[in-house]
Amino acid sequence: MYKIVRKKALNPTVTQMEIEAPLVAKKAMPGQFIILRVDEAGERIPLTVAGTDPEEGTVKIIFQIVGATTKMLDHKKEGEFIQDFVGPLGTATHTEGIKNVCIVGGGVGCAIAMPVAQEFHRLGAKVTSIIGFRSKDLLILEEEFRECSDELIVMTDDGSYARHGNVTVPLKEMLETGERFDAIITIGPLIMMKFVTLTAKPFGVPVIASMNPIMIDGTGMCGGCRLTLNQDGKKVTKFACVDGPDFNAYEIDFDEAMSRGRMYFGYERHAYEEVCNLFKNA
Amino acid sequence: MPVIPKKHEMPTQAPKVRARNFSEVALGYTQETAIAEAGRCLNCKNRPCVEGCPVNIHIPEFIQKVKECDFEGAYQIINQTSSLPAVCGRVCPQETQCESKCTLGRKFEPVGIGRLERFVADWHNTFSTEKARAPQSNGHRVAVVGSGPSGLTCAGDLAKKGYKVSVFEALHTAGGVLVYGIPEFRLPKSIVAKEVETLKELGVDVEPNVVIGKTLTIDELFEDGYEAVFVGSGAGLPRFMNISGESLKGVYSANEFLTRSNLMKAYMDDPKTPIMKGGNVAVVGGGNVAMDAARTALRLGAEHVYIVYRRSMEELPARREEVEHAQEEGIDFRLLCNPVEILGYKNPDDPRDEKNGFVTGIRCVKMELGEPDASGRRRPVVINGSEFDLDVDTVVMSIGTSPNPLIKNTTKGLEVNSHGGIIVNEDGLTSREGVYAGGDAVTGAATVISAMGAGKVAAKAIDEYLGGK
Repeated sequence: MYKIVRKKALNPTVTQMEIEAPLVAKKAMPGQFIILRVDEAGERIPLTVAGTDPEEGTVKIIFQIVGATTKMLDHKKEGEFIQDFVGPLGTATHTEGIKNVCIVGGGVGCAIAMPVAQEFHRLGAKVTSIIGFRSKDLLILEEEFRECSDELIVMTDDGSYARHGNVTVPLKEMLETGERFDAIITIGPLIMMKFVTLTAKPFGVPVIASMNPIMIDGTGMCGGCRLTLNQDGKKVTKFACVDGPDFNAYEIDFDEAMSRGRMYFGYERHAYEEVCNLFKNA
Repeated sequence: MPVIPKKHEMPTQAPKVRARNFSEVALGYTQETAIAEAGRCLNCKNRPCVEGCPVNIHIPEFIQKVKECDFEGAYQIINQTSSLPAVCGRVCPQETQCESKCTLGRKFEPVGIGRLERFVADWHNTFSTEKARAPQSNGHRVAVVGSGPSGLTCAGDLAKKGYKVSVFEALHTAGGVLVYGIPEFRLPKSIVAKEVETLKELGVDVEPNVVIGKTLTIDELFEDGYEAVFVGSGAGLPRFMNISGESLKGVYSANEFLTRSNLMKAYMDDPKTPIMKGGNVAVVGGGNVAMDAARTALRLGAEHVYIVYRRSMEELPARREEVEHAQEEGIDFRLLCNPVEILGYKNPDDPRDEKNGFVTGIRCVKMELGEPDASGRRRPVVINGSEFDLDVDTVVMSIGTSPNPLIKNTTKGLEVNSHGGIIVNEDGLTSREGVYAGGDAVTGAATVISAMGAGKVAAKAIDEYLGGK
């Protein structure tokens, strides 16, 4: 059992928790993820590590309440326990040789982008962060990003806060004015990552995307997290859990990944409603 | 007394009934049947059956005890060499091991050794009040990576000798393939849990949620004071055929399909982990795992389940009993067939159609057998112009695995072969001092009992290595 040491709502649908898991806290690097089960009958869900405190032995996770399991998790209180917590899984984000980086985060993906931005800042790289949200209510981590970024651009789709539009708009402007990042690292909804990649392509800037597909074991056993890369005209199957979660975005078949992500859409909607009803009646 | 030529029948659930439930297929011998079957053993002098057992169970001796109605005595004899008797009695391919060597088997059917082993283990688990007791500690600590059949066997053998053993398991439940892979109807999970409990009584620590190679490395285990490490991390990444359509929704690896059903309990009512059920299902492959997947699909509610295998029944690697059970339950074997493409739904007018990207069928070609290949089996050759489609909603790829890279990538000096399997000598020793390995991590996909045999060999070698220290 793993204790929830601290819990805080970042916005009405996004929650941050710090979980006592000393072995994971000691090892986790930006870009890696954990898998947790809320209770004995629960499903295993992957969540990217949003930060660690190795001395205290805690791992920070930030999640959006989108389905049954995240709803159950959000229902847990500070001081309570979750059943299973394993990691760190996947490979850490590569930072070597990158002196000028652009971090493009979208929605709850910003929670994963934040430790990556912090790591580059710590390593002395120039960090430009572009973070986008649907609206002002959903904004998270603005202060944290400001602290670790040389430049921060906040975007909202509906214009209710900061700049109106999506993240590709300022990215394109910067690339057009001659800004040449060593790498763009993008983390967020698949559709956003796809368009970040398309935006950067004409400028020849490397793009790394952090993938978060459906997973079970997370250790390279089930193969559910597979995705297709196009490498030199050849289709190659890779596993996000052991080969990723970061991949060369130009090689990723985003359309296929989006389709696979919706495999259990009907089921998930139903399960979510059931849990909501459960809590309503409680 | 005349010899009874045939084994006493194993009572089973009727095929039509069991094809729709997850309860165990084989029901086990009664005391009377067990004693009668034990009576068929000739108790011959040269004991060839023992040679046929990868863990060398003292077979005639335990059968003698069954004859004498001393079932606990029989259990204690098995327990001397096997840490998982209730498991072995169910999933070992006895027909190619102990029973294949049985003297009685030269003229008649061999003694039903596997059925007797199962009976004895179940009797003990049901009636015995004797608890395993941790022996006096010898002060040495050993780490075991993975709680599958090789790891549990290695841990059990070492614990009985007084070693302090910690087993590290990546998943949330101990048992490895016994819990995520082999379905409930062949090996009830309560039996695996019971065997794990017995090991805990012997003083073995089981630590779930620790991925060696990630959470801790092998080197860190040595730094923590473990003096030897056994790696039984099991099979790894699933293989796919690299044909078009394998990323469609509804295509699973057998590992994923079985893990969702077994470990994540998708077979129960109201599961938290979803699985596609119903419709028609094609399972590609001919091993025991393919049989498990096909029969699981049927029990989950599939209307029609195909096994698609590119060679003939003669080459099909699954145990005969599993194949027979599958056939009785109505699995449709399409032999000498090979998939060339998985077909999916695509609405050209509506890219947002919710059915887009789901499997609709599997395109296969017919095969014929040509000259023998490197494995000695006749190579299947495509018959030109033989393409045909099967209408299915789910495809399960059960064509093997390649070893997990996590430990290899994080352990300096650990040598692996060209397939990624860890290289070991006859004692299970790897290229690193104090690091032993066995099971699928070494051999690639094989059987539960061969993994147990490897765990046993390594336990003996570790004892010799540390006993000298």
